[in-house]
Amino acid sequence: MEETLRLPDYRDLSPELSERFRTIAERETILEIRDLRKDFVGPKGAAAMPPVLGGVSFEVKRREFICIIGASGCGKSTLLRILGGLEPRSGGEVLMNGKVVAGPGADRGMVFQEYTLFPWLTVKQNVMFGPRMSGRGRDASEAEALQWLDMVGLTERANAWPHQLSGGMKQRVAIARSLANYPAILLMDEPFGALDAQTRSQMQRHLLQIWKNVDVTVLFVTHDLDEAILLADRIVVLGARPGRILEVIKVPVDRPRHAGQSLSPHFLAAKKRLEQLIHPDDPEGDKDLPLIRMTRVGDDAEA
Amino acid sequence: MRAEPPRESIPTPPGPGPREGGRRREKPPTYPGSAFQVRKPLGRRANAWLALGAFLLPLLAWCAVSYLPFVWHPMVTVSDPGSVDYFQKGMQVERHEFREENRKAVAEGRPQASGTRENPVYLPAPHLVAKALVTAFRTPPQRAGDPWLHESLGHSIRIIVLGFLLSAVFGVPLGLICGSFALASRLSEPFVDFIRYMPAPVFGALCVAILGIDDAPKVAIIFIGTFFQMVLVVANTTRGLPPALLEAAQTLGAKRRQLVMNVVLPGVLPLIYRDMRILLGWAWTYLIVAELIGASSGISFFIYQQAKYRNYDNVYAAIILIGLIGLLTDLALKGLGRKFFPWEKEA
Repeated sequence: MEETLRLPDYRDLSPELSERFRTIAERETILEIRDLRKDFVGPKGAAAMPPVLGGVSFEVKRREFICIIGASGCGKSTLLRILGGLEPRSGGEVLMNGKVVAGPGADRGMVFQEYTLFPWLTVKQNVMFGPRMSGRGRDASEAEALQWLDMVGLTERANAWPHQLSGGMKQRVAIARSLANYPAILLMDEPFGALDAQTRSQMQRHLLQIWKNVDVTVLFVTHDLDEAILLADRIVVLGARPGRILEVIKVPVDRPRHAGQSLSPHFLAAKKRLEQLIHPDDPEGDKDLPLIRMTRVGDDAEA
Repeated sequence: MRAEPPRESIPTPPGPGPREGGRRREKPPTYPGSAFQVRKPLGRRANAWLALGAFLLPLLAWCAVSYLPFVWHPMVTVSDPGSVDYFQKGMQVERHEFREENRKAVAEGRPQASGTRENPVYLPAPHLVAKALVTAFRTPPQRAGDPWLHESLGHSIRIIVLGFLLSAVFGVPLGLICGSFALASRLSEPFVDFIRYMPAPVFGALCVAILGIDDAPKVAIIFIGTFFQMVLVVANTTRGLPPALLEAAQTLGAKRRQLVMNVVLPGVLPLIYRDMRILLGWAWTYLIVAELIGASSGISFFIYQQAKYRNYDNVYAAIILIGLIGLLTDLALKGLGRKFFPWEKEA
C-alpha cells in the first residue's frame, strides 16, 4: 500500500559539497561560542528549573550560512539574543572576531520576527538609521540607503511609511537596514515566521541572492525544517530542557539551491534526520484521540 | 517558538474601500441589525450623521422640556394675583402651591389668581440662551468696573495657556526621563504619585499666601493640577514603546543618548501629543477653582456674577462657550496632530 523511498545517508556529500565544506573550514572564524549557558530566571529564582541553555559550543566561519533549529522551548531565540548582546549570559564565552561580546553592537545585525521598522521614519530613513547612528552624514547615508533598497528591490517604495508596506516588504527593508551597517554577521530570528507560505519562499530566494552578493555571514533561527535545509550550509539542531546541541548537520544538498530540490533524495534524507532529532518517537504524540464516533454509520470521511 | 497567526501579505485598509471614480458607489451589503454589530465600524456618512445627532438629541430634549408645557414646567408665573395676598405679578410659585391657594380662594368665594406654567428661572429656554450667546459680547457689564465677557474669556484662556505650558515644559521631559530610566522613575514617581492624590484646590490658600492675589496663584493651581498627572501619564506612555524597537535600534549601533533622542522621543511623541489633548481638558477643570481664589476673575467669575443677578441665560451661554472653546481647540489640535505625525495610521 505505501511505498517508502530508499534514501541515501544524510551524511553522504557530493564531491563538490565536500570541497565546499573543506574551504569553509579553512576560512577564519567569525563567531566562536564556548560552553554558553543561560539559567532560567523565574519568579522563584534560578535554582528549580533546568537551564535554558546548558553548555552550547560551536563556531561560525566567515560567509557561512548556519541555521539553528529545534523544538519550541529549546532556547534557540535566547541563544540568538545572547549573541546579539540583548540578553546577558549566565556562563561561557561568546567571541566575535576574537573579542568578547558585551552588549549589542553594529557588527552583529539582527532581524526579528516581529516587524521592527521605525514607524516614524520612511523606508529610506529606516535604512539610513544605522549609518546615521555611526555618525555618517545625511547625504552619504542616503546614498548608502538607496543602494541597499535597490538590492532588496524596494527603490520605488523609498518614501513610503512602513505601515503602507506588506509583511514581506517590511522584512526586506529590515534586512536592508541591517546590511547598511556592513555587519560581519546577520542574526535572524525567525524573520519569515509571520509571512504566508508564498511570500515566505519568495523571501528565502531573496535572502539567498543577497547572501551570495554581500560579504556577510548568516545565523538563521527557524523551526521550519524545509527552510533550514533550503538555506543552510550547516544546521545546528538544539534539544530542549536543557538547551543543548544534539547534532550539527552538514546539509547534503548541492548549491545553488532552489525550491525544486525539496523532493530530491538528499533533501529528504536530511529532513528525515532532522525529524528524528526534533521529534523523537513520542508514544503520546502518536496516540489517537479518545473520540466517540458522532457520524452516521456508513458516512465515512476516509472510506 | 513564537506562534503568531499568519498575517496577510498586503494590509487592507480598514473600512470601506477606496471610492470609485464615478458617481455610482457600491453600497456595502447590509445585514439585519447591522447597526449594532459588536465593534464593527460604521461608514463615514453614518459617523457624520451620528456626530450631528450627538448634539441634536440633547438639544431636542432641552427644547421639549422648554417648549412643551406638559413635559415638566413645575412653576407658575403669576399674571394676576387675584385675592391671594402674598402673590405678586411676575412672581414664580410652585404649581401645587398655586393650585392650593386657588382651591382655598374658590372655597371661600374669593377671586382666583391666574398665571402661566413655566420652567424654573434656572432653566431658560434654548432661544433665550441663543440670544444671550449672540448679545453677551455686546452687552456691557452690569457694574461699571466688571469685565466684559470677552475680557473674562481672554483672561481665562491666558491663565490656562500659561499654566499648561509651564507644566508641559517641565512635565513632558521629566516624564520622558522617568519612562526611559528606571532610576529616575523609582526616585521620583512615588513622590509624584503621593502629591497627585492631593486635590489641587487644597493648595489654593498656600498659593495665595506665597504668590499674592493676582494671576500667579491661579497659574500655579493649573500647574499643580496638571503637572503631576502629566509626569505619570507621559512616563507610562513612554514605557509603552515596544521594546523590540529599542532592541532593533541597539543592534543598529544606537547608543544610550541616541536611543532616547532618535527612538524613544519620536516613537512616543504622537502618543504624548494625544495625552496632552486629554490633559488640556483637565486644565479647564482646575481653572474654575483657580479663578475663585485670590482676586476672582475670568469666565468662572463671570458665571458667578451672572448667576447672582439671576441672568441664567448668560450662565448657560458662558458654559456653552467653554464647551465650544474646548471642542474647537481639540479639533484644531487633532488636525495639527495629523500634520505633525503623518506616519500615524488613521485611528
